[in-house]
Amino acid sequence: MNRFKDSEHLIRVAAVFLVGVTLFLCFRAWFVPKSFGQYGHYRADSITEIAALPVVHAGHETCEACHADVLEVKKAGKHAGVNCEACHGPQAKHAEDPGSVKPVLPDTSVLCARCHEANSAKPKWFPAVVTGEHSQGLPCNTCHTPHSPHIGDK
Amino acid sequence: MHNFIYPNENELQWSILIVLYPFLTGLVAGAFILASLERVFRVEAVKPTYRLALLTALSFLLVAPLPLQLHLGHPERSLEMYLTPHRSSAMAMFGFVYLWYLMVVLVLEIWLDYRRDIVIFARTSKGFLRIVYKLMTLGSDNISEGSLRVDDRVGYIITIIGIPSAFFLHGYVGFIFGSVKANPWWSSPLMPVVFIFSAMVSGIAAVMLLYMGLAKLRKEPIGIDCVDAIAKYLFYIFIIDFSLEMLDLIHRIYEADESFRSLDFMVHNSLWIPHVIIQLLIGTLTPIAILGVTQIVPLAVNIRKRLYAIAGCLTMVGIFAMRWNVVIGGQLFSKSLLGYTTYNLHLGSREGLGTAIVLTILPLGILFVLAKLLPPWTSEAHHDTA
Amino acid sequence: MNRRFFITLTGAAAIAWEHVLAGAPESSPNYKIADHWWAMLIDVDKCIGCGNCVRACAAENNVPEGFFRTWIERYQVDDEHMMEPIVDSPDGGKHGFPAHPAGGSLTGANFKEFFVPKLCNHCVDSPCTQVCPVGATFTTPDGVVLVDEKYCLGCRYCVQACPYGCRFIHPEKNVAQKCTLCYHRITKGLTTACCEACPTGSRQLADLRNPKDPIHDFMKKHSVQVLKPQMATGAKAFYANLDGSVR
Repeated sequence: MNRFKDSEHLIRVAAVFLVGVTLFLCFRAWFVPKSFGQYGHYRADSITEIAALPVVHAGHETCEACHADVLEVKKAGKHAGVNCEACHGPQAKHAEDPGSVKPVLPDTSVLCARCHEANSAKPKWFPAVVTGEHSQGLPCNTCHTPHSPHIGDK
Repeated sequence: MHNFIYPNENELQWSILIVLYPFLTGLVAGAFILASLERVFRVEAVKPTYRLALLTALSFLLVAPLPLQLHLGHPERSLEMYLTPHRSSAMAMFGFVYLWYLMVVLVLEIWLDYRRDIVIFARTSKGFLRIVYKLMTLGSDNISEGSLRVDDRVGYIITIIGIPSAFFLHGYVGFIFGSVKANPWWSSPLMPVVFIFSAMVSGIAAVMLLYMGLAKLRKEPIGIDCVDAIAKYLFYIFIIDFSLEMLDLIHRIYEADESFRSLDFMVHNSLWIPHVIIQLLIGTLTPIAILGVTQIVPLAVNIRKRLYAIAGCLTMVGIFAMRWNVVIGGQLFSKSLLGYTTYNLHLGSREGLGTAIVLTILPLGILFVLAKLLPPWTSEAHHDTA
Repeated sequence: MNRRFFITLTGAAAIAWEHVLAGAPESSPNYKIADHWWAMLIDVDKCIGCGNCVRACAAENNVPEGFFRTWIERYQVDDEHMMEPIVDSPDGGKHGFPAHPAGGSLTGANFKEFFVPKLCNHCVDSPCTQVCPVGATFTTPDGVVLVDEKYCLGCRYCVQACPYGCRFIHPEKNVAQKCTLCYHRITKGLTTACCEACPTGSRQLADLRNPKDPIHDFMKKHSVQVLKPQMATGAKAFYANLDGSVR
């Protein structure tokens, strides 16, 4: 009897701990997001949220649906592997509303040098020029048609 | 001069607050080990510091989460670590080690040791303080011999559990760094061990300094047997700590793996002052030498006390520098091993020097309050050897 | 002009665009997550360092200035000091590369130069997901490592754990960010923004679980490496013609 009386305060401590743990578990059940753990240790809803982010580049297949004429020219020339938005920039907004959203035509005196400016680190097979010497300040589309740029191709 | 870092590596991820965090938890572990010297290993000489060591540990442990909270991008989400802890993450598991240590080891042990005083205070104090003490008694008024014997027995067991818990507490912090294979400065199985021993060194030095400082403030005599014993333990544990760090260094130099060139350059340049001058020379070799002298050469009491104080202060500087060199040093070099970045420590920003200073002083403020509430200076023997 | 308007009305564009516009809270209804295991194939010999990929990614994913979900590195490798290359990546290569690295160029004839595109490797045994304390970064069942921005604490442990330097903390959102392999695009049948913009086909999205994917044939015919193989991360960005000097 005395033994119990002398340990009674320890039981109070245990009770405090038990209450704490119970409160924690209740809070946990309420707070943890419902989709957590569905696929793994993460919120499964996050996958759908990320998949639903807006698309900014339309993708060349979308461009080609309307601009099939450009595709015809391009696929026979040296830029066959260059996708539309690689030069024209992101155009999802234009594809969504072609009537009111008009893309700005890139300036060839800036655009082409990004790839074709000579640099010793570029692979040897890649056509590059020192634009200062090559074009003497003229924009590239003075002589080259960007969609099929090799002079002599159609 | 070429310098390449991966483009995202420009800013450091972990700031001075993350340096402070292992420093504070290290003091906790070290202070507890000092307390356990008396309780479990029966080193009678350090008895005067028993309660002070426990209160010191508690003060620092309460502040320890603050630098982490201030560092987080979303502190309001920090509870997620307890609600959905990722079991493979050392950081998540550490949250539970911290909680275990705080509640089951430290708070319980302090409560059991002070319970008699708390009940007496609850009976004799007035007003708001009386309510505080009454709450702390958890409603039990029993301070019979039998109940105190129970307290002593359980407290003894808790201290025994507490010693590996203290190792776990701070070893885990070491593991948080030591397990990052992407960082060659951190990745090492020695990291938890080095952290544990440097924690013991800093904790013991801190309690020694606090004991001496508070005794001076209260115009009480400093027990020379007590500080002699503490200094001896500090000396021997410091030697182990230093040996471990030298082992790591020699191993790195000898094996000279792919990271060695980059790290070697870093230690000789941006880390020269913090690592070689402050941590090694000023913060490790000097206090070891001073303590060594006091162990070998018979010196007058006054001189010994002064030397202990100097050695203690230098030790604190050295161990803080060690945390700095691990955390900041580990981020100054690029993972490309081809370059370095710099740490811009601001004074007033959320993770700046000002915040670090406040967070270092705050535990002393808490200790002050705790010491008023639960005075560590009772001269009577408050527990027998079990 | 009239023809285009007509085509839009008849829905030729609408058909191609349909699943893109369907970006309501589900991905394309035809997407079966278990049918895919995403990876990326990069041919180093084809990279011309134009920076299109860096710009396209930044536009597609609102990447903040000064941070990079993908970037390009330029290497200068001396024959005698192969393991100490000179590397630069000015603004991640976003605006191409100047003629010489800022710290000075190698001279003479006995060195080589090339570009290497980098991105998140979407590791199978990813160290970043291992260390996340709360489960805010994870690997999807189709092999893409993502960050749950609503759950991330911003503790930065994942940034420390990534051996490749591909993660960063968004300066305003204060959460971890990195390449998502344009998950919002690939689940709709599109390719990633960086692959779309790459003019030479150096970067190509790959689906290892698709038996018809060109990567299977490519891997049979070429030597392929991953970055930092000693880290055993199970990286899924496969590099063809990767020099041993590449960090």
